[in-house]
Amino acid sequence: MRFLLDDEQSEFGRTLDRMLSAADTPSAVRAWAAGEHGPGRAVLGRLAEAGVFALAVPEAHGGLGPLPVELAVSFVEVGRHAVPGPLVETVAAAALFGRLARAGEAADAAKEWLPRLADGRAAVSLVLPGHGPYALDADAADAVFAVTAADELRRCPTYGPVQPSLDPARRLARPLPAGEPVASGAAVRAAAEHAADWAAFATAAQALGTGLALLERTVAYVKERTQFGVAIGSFQAVKHRLADTLLGLEFARPLVFGAAVALASGSPGAGAEIAAAKVAAGEAAYAAARSALQSHGAIGYTAELDLSLWIGKARALRSAWGTPAECRARALDLFH
Amino acid sequence: MDLDFGPEEDAFRAEARQWLAAHVPAAPLPSLETREGFAAHREWERTLHADRWSVVSWPEEHGGRAASVLEWLIFEEEYFAAGAPGRVSQNGINLLAPTLFEHGTAEQRARVLPPMASGERIWAQAWSEPEAGSDLASLRSTATRVAGGWLLGGLKTWSSRAAFADLAFGLFRSHPDADRPHRGLTYVMFPLDAEGVTVRPIGRLDGKPAFAELSLERVFVPDEDVIGEPGQGWRVAMSTAGNERGLTLRSPGRFTAAAERLVTLWRESADTGVPALRDRVADAAIGARAYQLFTYANASRLAAGGAIGAESSLNKVFWSELDIALHECALDLLGPLGELADRAEDAPAHGGWADGYTFSLAGPIYAGTNEIQRDIIAERLLGLPKGRRS
Repeated sequence: MRFLLDDEQSEFGRTLDRMLSAADTPSAVRAWAAGEHGPGRAVLGRLAEAGVFALAVPEAHGGLGPLPVELAVSFVEVGRHAVPGPLVETVAAAALFGRLARAGEAADAAKEWLPRLADGRAAVSLVLPGHGPYALDADAADAVFAVTAADELRRCPTYGPVQPSLDPARRLARPLPAGEPVASGAAVRAAAEHAADWAAFATAAQALGTGLALLERTVAYVKERTQFGVAIGSFQAVKHRLADTLLGLEFARPLVFGAAVALASGSPGAGAEIAAAKVAAGEAAYAAARSALQSHGAIGYTAELDLSLWIGKARALRSAWGTPAECRARALDLFH
Repeated sequence: MDLDFGPEEDAFRAEARQWLAAHVPAAPLPSLETREGFAAHREWERTLHADRWSVVSWPEEHGGRAASVLEWLIFEEEYFAAGAPGRVSQNGINLLAPTLFEHGTAEQRARVLPPMASGERIWAQAWSEPEAGSDLASLRSTATRVAGGWLLGGLKTWSSRAAFADLAFGLFRSHPDADRPHRGLTYVMFPLDAEGVTVRPIGRLDGKPAFAELSLERVFVPDEDVIGEPGQGWRVAMSTAGNERGLTLRSPGRFTAAAERLVTLWRESADTGVPALRDRVADAAIGARAYQLFTYANASRLAAGGAIGAESSLNKVFWSELDIALHECALDLLGPLGELADRAEDAPAHGGWADGYTFSLAGPIYAGTNEIQRDIIAERLLGLPKGRRS
């Protein structure tokens, strides 16, 4: 057993961190929220160049994967830098098409989309049964796919009006399925379940990164900010709250990577591991957002401060791709 | 990155499981917090030791199996899954032994460790004093230099199972003129039946007489029973404090076994349609799995040559709160039976949840209160400034 990232995996995370730090993601997030997708798509392009989306695409279709551990490393950085866009959905679509192709279904669609998802030419949005009704960032995606309750996979050429989210950088719209199904039947249902697992897993890693960023920024702030003549970070009430924030995140981290290992080995228990990671990371990130806001005080309540970009996201990710209640119900299978 | 056990580890697990299946008493032993139970648990230590299962991680020359951290974790998983008795020797094995391995002399190790491993000599700790709890460095009990050794004086308290134990170890103020409170302390070992020691049992929250106050009046301790240099006791004690807080005191096996029993209790005897209960059972299961994986990561870090420092404070807060949450949840699942003490006639179906609950309540207090641990996390892991503890 070696439940640790190897040097190459750690270095991959640091490389993404440096790249995203240089990319000025807060400006891209603000533009994205205003409907200007150019700067955000440029960031997605750079992530694709670094191989992030290829991690979810099988080698036979132009990818490097599936490599869930490396994907978790990537999505922690995606969360830390608040990267906007349908990243989780693109990964889930790759899992969906990859699984369909393996089952000998939708071969043309897999051949058309998987290489483009892998190299970043395409970013897509996706709605799966039980995870609707909204497609994230349909207006920025190159395609929107939906699996219906009748186990039909359809491409959706149109979508309803964009609904604002509590995270201004998440733009939600109802896809309107049309045209002939790309595939249908039991294979679609199985692929959709597999894709939903990957979506929940990537969201858990993204939430963990979101929480880590909120804590990092808050720790820096409470060391600087003085009241009553001392740094507010010297007050025990502040220290203990941030200690609890770190506890939540540091015990969510092994669950996220445990889920990655379970996915990599194709373990039948992966669903429960992913659900556990999603609950823990979602709750920890949300608690980090609450602590960050409280520790910053009034300035944290402003939209001017970049902190707001992570605060809204932590709330949204808590429910995206599996609510806490749904995930808790699945996590009961950890022990049986 | 993987979570796979190798063939040697699988064989170790199989051997442990087989031995435990053959030796764990069918009926639970009386509580180790009573005189009768203490004796029964001492006997169990002897049984463990006879087949070299009492101190698996120690070197073979001292009765162990030189087990790796990972093998120790495997042993603990099997131990708790088998429902084996509590470890009456835990203070000696978890606290004193690591100190002796790091700071003791070869003579001390040869003299102290074998009877500790066999349960022949059981150790209690003597840290806290009436005026020195979290602020341990302010302790007042003294060690006064005399020919060939030291004379101990003062009052130690809240010493677990000292009413039944054979010996104790603790810190004493030997150099009252030192410039800082935590300098000038000396780490000593002494027999509880030595002349000048008066042991007064104190009933605990659960009514069991397992706490004790130790009154010490001119208790002679020879030089050979001082660990490390006189005056360096704080450093000696703190260098292994992480053992108590972190890895070696509460292994994940304890919580994964409890989570397994909790999920079974929920499925078999609770209304599984009540989401409020279901969510709490799930959180306990998630917490146990998180603690297990966190520990596997730490074991991997140690195996790769890394070290665990202030991170042990994360362990301590996490397991102590998880332990309470697990047991509170079980008592709530039991409904009206949840109020029954384990010794109640109607209680056998309990599975020991009531005793476990009361025991868990002490977790956030001993081994450094969780308030102190949160200070350590904030200051050493997050780098926040030191402040008044107020």
